[in-house]
Amino acid sequence: MAELRLARRSSSLPLTGLMGVVLLVFVFVASASRDVVSENNKTWRDPAGETRGDSHHQTNSTAHKKAFPVLSFNYEHVKKPFEISLWILLALLMKLGFHIIPGVQNIVPESCLLIGVGLLVGGIIKAIGGEAPVLDTKLFFLYLLPPIILDAGYFLPIRPFTENMGTILVFAVVGTLWNTFFIGGMIFAVCRLEGGQLAGVDPLSCLLFGTIVSAVDPVAVLAVFEEIHINELLHILVFGESLLNDAVTVVLYHLFEEFTHEGTVTVVDAVLGVVCFFVVSLGGILVGAIYGVLGAFTSRFTSHTRVIEPLFVFLYSYMAYLSAEVFHLSGIMSLIACGVVMRPYVEANVSHKSYTTIKYFLKMWSSVSETLIFIFLGVSTVAGPHAWNWTFVIVTVVLCLVSRVLGVIGLTYIINKFRIVKLTKKDQFIVAYGGLRGAIAFSLGFLLTNSKMKNMFLTAIITVIFFTVIVQGMTIRPLVELLAVKKKKESKRSINEEIHTQFLDHLLTGIEDICGHYGHHHWKDKLNRFNKAYVKKWLIAGERSTEPQLISFYNKMEMKQAMMLVESGSAAKLPTIVSSVSMQNIQPRGPARHRAIPSISKSREQEIRKILRANLQKTRQRLRSYSRHDLMIDPFEDNVSEVRFRRQRVEMERRMSHYLTVPANRQETPPVRKVCFESEHKVYTYDDSKSPLGRTAEPDPSPPDAVSLLNESSQRANQSSEHRAKRNDELRAKVPDEKEEQDQLKLSRCLSDPGPNKEEDLS
Amino acid sequence: MGASQTRTEHKYQDLADKTGFSLEQIENLHKRFQQLSDNEETISREQLDSIPSLANNPIRKQIIEAFFDKRNQHQNEVGSCEEIGFEQFLMVMSHFRPPSLKTTEEEKEAMRKEKLHFLFNMHDTDNDGTITLVEYRKVVEELLSKSGDIEQETVKAIADAAMLEVASTNVPHMAPDEFYEGITFEHFQQILKGLEMETRMHIRFLDVDTPTLRCGKSSS
Repeated sequence: MAELRLARRSSSLPLTGLMGVVLLVFVFVASASRDVVSENNKTWRDPAGETRGDSHHQTNSTAHKKAFPVLSFNYEHVKKPFEISLWILLALLMKLGFHIIPGVQNIVPESCLLIGVGLLVGGIIKAIGGEAPVLDTKLFFLYLLPPIILDAGYFLPIRPFTENMGTILVFAVVGTLWNTFFIGGMIFAVCRLEGGQLAGVDPLSCLLFGTIVSAVDPVAVLAVFEEIHINELLHILVFGESLLNDAVTVVLYHLFEEFTHEGTVTVVDAVLGVVCFFVVSLGGILVGAIYGVLGAFTSRFTSHTRVIEPLFVFLYSYMAYLSAEVFHLSGIMSLIACGVVMRPYVEANVSHKSYTTIKYFLKMWSSVSETLIFIFLGVSTVAGPHAWNWTFVIVTVVLCLVSRVLGVIGLTYIINKFRIVKLTKKDQFIVAYGGLRGAIAFSLGFLLTNSKMKNMFLTAIITVIFFTVIVQGMTIRPLVELLAVKKKKESKRSINEEIHTQFLDHLLTGIEDICGHYGHHHWKDKLNRFNKAYVKKWLIAGERSTEPQLISFYNKMEMKQAMMLVESGSAAKLPTIVSSVSMQNIQPRGPARHRAIPSISKSREQEIRKILRANLQKTRQRLRSYSRHDLMIDPFEDNVSEVRFRRQRVEMERRMSHYLTVPANRQETPPVRKVCFESEHKVYTYDDSKSPLGRTAEPDPSPPDAVSLLNESSQRANQSSEHRAKRNDELRAKVPDEKEEQDQLKLSRCLSDPGPNKEEDLS
Repeated sequence: MGASQTRTEHKYQDLADKTGFSLEQIENLHKRFQQLSDNEETISREQLDSIPSLANNPIRKQIIEAFFDKRNQHQNEVGSCEEIGFEQFLMVMSHFRPPSLKTTEEEKEAMRKEKLHFLFNMHDTDNDGTITLVEYRKVVEELLSKSGDIEQETVKAIADAAMLEVASTNVPHMAPDEFYEGITFEHFQQILKGLEMETRMHIRFLDVDTPTLRCGKSSS
């Protein structure tokens, strides 16, 4: 019966999805055609508007006075933002549609589908005679590209990136140069041979064309590689290359464009070109780093205005990009440098919520940008002027593939001499096959001013883009499966791995020092020490500037676990305790066993109690006022740190209870326990008749409860002394469980009950 | 000259076969050894201790101890030596060789096991086959020793959490009165499976003669 229902539902989904898609396409078209209609209606509307405006002046010739318009239609007023919003909305609905229709995703990558939709929409618009919007270069470079690059740069995995920096640079710089000259040169030769329509193509134009078409595109690479989950090394190689080759592309593009205007090339120009490359790349990185440091420094002072923290990250990065573009430096490298430099310090300074906001906004914007880019690419293909030349296009596509493969093989041969972990043939294949071209090539082609060849070039560029994104994008996933390329490991970081990663770092640095040569690890260590000694003090607020990495990692983990605890607590269900191992299983036994006095000192307990009380008070105070400029009502965050304290108390409790089940000297312990229990149960108590010990308590925070609990606990202690052997074990098992349970239930109460009376006097 | 040269070359050939280094690499390491030992036959702990760049390393003592640990000599002996000769020096260094293109999958597995065993020996100071909680705490403490004032509580908390993780992953269900003795080598291997030691735990050994060359080639 369930299967039948399921089958019906699954068959209806594709149908509804399809209908939805068709509907959306029509709405797209309608919005574009409204342009046409509105153009025609504009002339008609204006006099009507004037009439309306002038009516009360009574200067027009119409005799009667117009009635006051109750409802009027004025589309012109909101036309531009309306259309932009509509396009974005429909693009996203399309994306949504693809994810709902089952099965499509596994065969075709999303980018292909979006291009397809773009083609469809473009075709329909053209069919009805409207003006299809083209992928405007300014729109692309200033608005659509930066979010994607910032997202990539901010979340760039630093360790594999720096470890493979040499390889990535070689592929990016030398590889792109090789591609450019090979493709440019061969195309020129072919044009000369072919003659006819192509005879007029001069070498510099060919080289310019080669530049545009040879750069690996980060947007396309991201879109395709994200879905195939290959291992980190290959991902960072291809992706890093696509980011860093921007400098080369910018220099070569401007160089060749200047030369095509000039007409002649001299040696001096060539040398200047090389110098320009260094200026562009290093300058871009410098600009990005400066903005990054500024951003980090600003984030140091934002502890009182948490709401605008994410904006600083976005704005500084965008400014870095724009500033670099002003000087014709590499904007992409500037953006990456800004994100990379800013991230560790910003993350140490901002609140957890701001961190989440930054993450989600970046992902959101980059997702929207990507979707729009691919759809526009499809639409522009249909719209743009085309000059199809079979030879040129076919030769271009073939040459792109050939030069990429040759380039990768040749460079890997050289690189492997210097790499410790060599690149295998499989790796080389993936790197070569993953060299996708995308919208950057299209936009650069669009910028070409030489209209004679422009259309032909554009057609060829579009064909290459389509080929790489569609054909290579679709086939790379089955190929990865076929070749059994190592996939990304999904496991999350454990504290053991973190400890050993750091241990290994220090170990390898030490061994290098003993060996006597200053290698990779030595310099990394020096950089870290410099960072710790000087930079962190300036850029990180408060005490966190001196926190070692291991401790921040540990705190982050604790925070995550605490939040999981809180979240599951608020859902009023216990997390499935996967492992029954708890602290007491690993605590050393032996002589410690016979100690009846707990290990924490009285003063420490006092401190703990004070901290807990202070936290609770703060919560109560904050709940009183609300203002738009303050992130008050932050009991969640307070609770989280509270939870962390509680967890530590829980651990200590367990240890204590471990000792305290020993019958000897039991009577002395209750006073100490009483203190602890009171601090724990100050907030509430939970009615749980099913609790393992049959303990009941009322949901009302008041001292009598604490006392009753105390009685219970001393009773428990009493009991344990009577049924020593088995009971001991049972109790020890139950105490940790009960504490966990209490924790979660406590938290659920905290979250739902805004302001219980917490002011209790503990004597 | 010829005879003694062939003798040295044969000696190096022996070492090359045992440790897997190339002759040039052994040549370089020998030069370094002589530098460290003041041209004597053996190195003592103090001489290694006096390397200036090691001063900032938080786990300096463990690293130096590893050189004098007999367990790393692959000869099934235990204990530690007072001084080591060039061969022992090379044996310890051979743990840090990277895999080459020609290494097969089994050789890679064996290499990984060997490197992990080296790390294990560094932690397991009393050589009882397990890393106990006390030993692990010491590891974390040493790791954080150069990072300023760290509270003992934090160190304990981190070490305890790590131990708990190992226990939960390897022995998911323990009754409350069972005791997890310590991390055995199998558990250690399991826990660090994701780090792929054979590709991470290596340094670059120079083939060319660069006794005074300060900036080594950066890897990759």
